[in-house]
Amino acid sequence: MWTYDRRLQFPVKIACPNANTAKIIITQFGGPDGELAASQRYLSQRYSMPFREVAGVLTDIGTEELAHMEMICAIVHQLTRNLSIEQIKDAGFDTYFVDHTAGLWPQAASGTPFSATVFQSKGDAITDLTEDMAAEQKARTTYDNILRLVDDPDVREPIKFLRAREIVHFQRFGEAMRIVTDKLDSKNVYAFNPEFDRMKTSD
Amino acid sequence: MNDRQKLMWRISMAGFAIDDVKLFLNTHPCDKAALEFYEKFRDTKKQLEKEYTAQYGPLRADAVPVSDRWTWADNPWPWEWEA
Repeated sequence: MWTYDRRLQFPVKIACPNANTAKIIITQFGGPDGELAASQRYLSQRYSMPFREVAGVLTDIGTEELAHMEMICAIVHQLTRNLSIEQIKDAGFDTYFVDHTAGLWPQAASGTPFSATVFQSKGDAITDLTEDMAAEQKARTTYDNILRLVDDPDVREPIKFLRAREIVHFQRFGEAMRIVTDKLDSKNVYAFNPEFDRMKTSD
Repeated sequence: MNDRQKLMWRISMAGFAIDDVKLFLNTHPCDKAALEFYEKFRDTKKQLEKEYTAQYGPLRADAVPVSDRWTWADNPWPWEWEA
């Protein structure tokens, strides 16, 4: 289970609403490399992970991604408060507004709805951890692109924090991968899938 | 930044130190320096949260004081600009 802490992992305080920026940032809520996908990827993968320390990595990073999703939503929420209809139209935010007003809904910057097809839970430790390392780099690239597009320091500071976390998570997943391969057949780490074949052989 | 926000910033710093070292300890469970770092910031955070709760209200539902009304939703939520 989870317990809610009434604070953000890193503060979000945006003085100037800007619907253009909100349209970009929302991609880290519901986009292909966003925080919702990240949290569901890791929290789904952990159940069949046979090594407890690696299941711990998935649990704690997955939990941190929920906190990152909250930060992203706070940024979008604060960027879209007190907007006039003129500002909404000028920013091209009207196509989002017509369906959601200023509510938060998980979609990519392109308008594509969130989909679980952007991540995998493959039931194979090496496959999943390889995906997780790639996912952290894809999110890091997205944050780099956001930093190329956005000038407002009130938005950039929390985005820089999130970017740095992707790099730390990549490092931890790399260590988790090492832990897994150390426990497998060193001559052929693909000889069996520890999430499935071990159970079969112990019958 | 007002006094409440300053105290929240200190909680965020201690909280972040714990978030980060927790991940490190998952893959380095015997690292003595990391264990000591964890213990230090865990105690700091606990103390700061106690101060914050007494002055500005609860950060977790189990810290809501028992009185004649439920105060959990009295203050701005963390995502609000007013928070």
